Amino acid sequence: MADNINKILSPGTAAPEFSLHSTPDQLVSLSDFRGAPLIIAFYPADWSPVCGDQMALYNEVLAEFHKFKAAIVGISVDGSWCHAAFALDRKLHFPLLSDFEPKGNVARKYGAYRETDGVTERALFVIDPKGTIAWSYLSPVGVNPGADGILEALETLASKK
Amino acid sequence: MSPSAKIKPPVGANDHVQGAAKAPVTIVEYGDYECPYCGEAYPVTKALQKRLGDKLRFVFRNFPLAEAHPHAEHAAEAAEAAGAQGKFWEMHDLLYENQDALDDEDLVRYAKALRLDVPRFVKEMEAHTYAERVREDFSSGVRSGVNGTPTFFINGARHDGPFDLESLMATIEEVA
Repeated sequence: MADNINKILSPGTAAPEFSLHSTPDQLVSLSDFRGAPLIIAFYPADWSPVCGDQMALYNEVLAEFHKFKAAIVGISVDGSWCHAAFALDRKLHFPLLSDFEPKGNVARKYGAYRETDGVTERALFVIDPKGTIAWSYLSPVGVNPGADGILEALETLASKK
Repeated sequence: MSPSAKIKPPVGANDHVQGAAKAPVTIVEYGDYECPYCGEAYPVTKALQKRLGDKLRFVFRNFPLAEAHPHAEHAAEAAEAAGAQGKFWEMHDLLYENQDALDDEDLVRYAKALRLDVPRFVKEMEAHTYAERVREDFSSGVRSGVNGTPTFFINGARHDGPFDLESLMATIEEVA
């Protein structure tokens, strides 16, 4: 979708606050992560093979993220029961947040919603400890963007301190 | 990042290499011994080597997805332990040819079959002597833009797309 390109929020923008379910009875907010970097990975859907690989990759790279004291959350429009089953199946050790009601509301605020498909984009954000977007990247929806861009952004952030 | 993902570090003295350093085509595979897709890619890499002969230098780096594949990490260490005794590729091939039998006892069985110094192999496996080496490969993969397994780099650039023989050959013909 050519008209989707470059519409995601850019570095320097204050990251919009959110409060989303990580489990059916637990809410996670952006402000919970103040004081340390946060990686937000929007992805289209649980269970589809490419997304699975992307979340599986981040799961394996957690130790590298933690070196920068960074936390990571995945966000899609799937419901929290779906996320719970997916996370259990893939043994994920980080929260998947449910942008389910109103559907895609948070993704829209980040410019990471695909109206035509009704799912979130494959978009990455690194939020600095003060809540400002330090780096963002919109991947072609069919391509797993890997973790190299995230790590470079975390490195840049660490060097600015 | 994505479409222009480049391998770092470049192929060096620490790598497991088949083929001449001067070969016009270098393929680096980041792989996981328990990953079914890597298992599918294994005969493809063999066919590529056969087809390209001395025009190809083939390199393997470890990228075990240990959370998804409980045997992958030990299998990678076993290949490195065999490598320390000069039989990396023999072990690499055995592991891919026996992906459904990668328990620790199986790994020792393969060490015996390859006539390795088995007590040394067992000792090094227990001490995780090569865990650091495996981790270094993994980190270099992450930094190079590896996004799943297998990931191939052809002359340094990440190959996005299918990894059947024809698709890989098409990319090779473009770059080499």
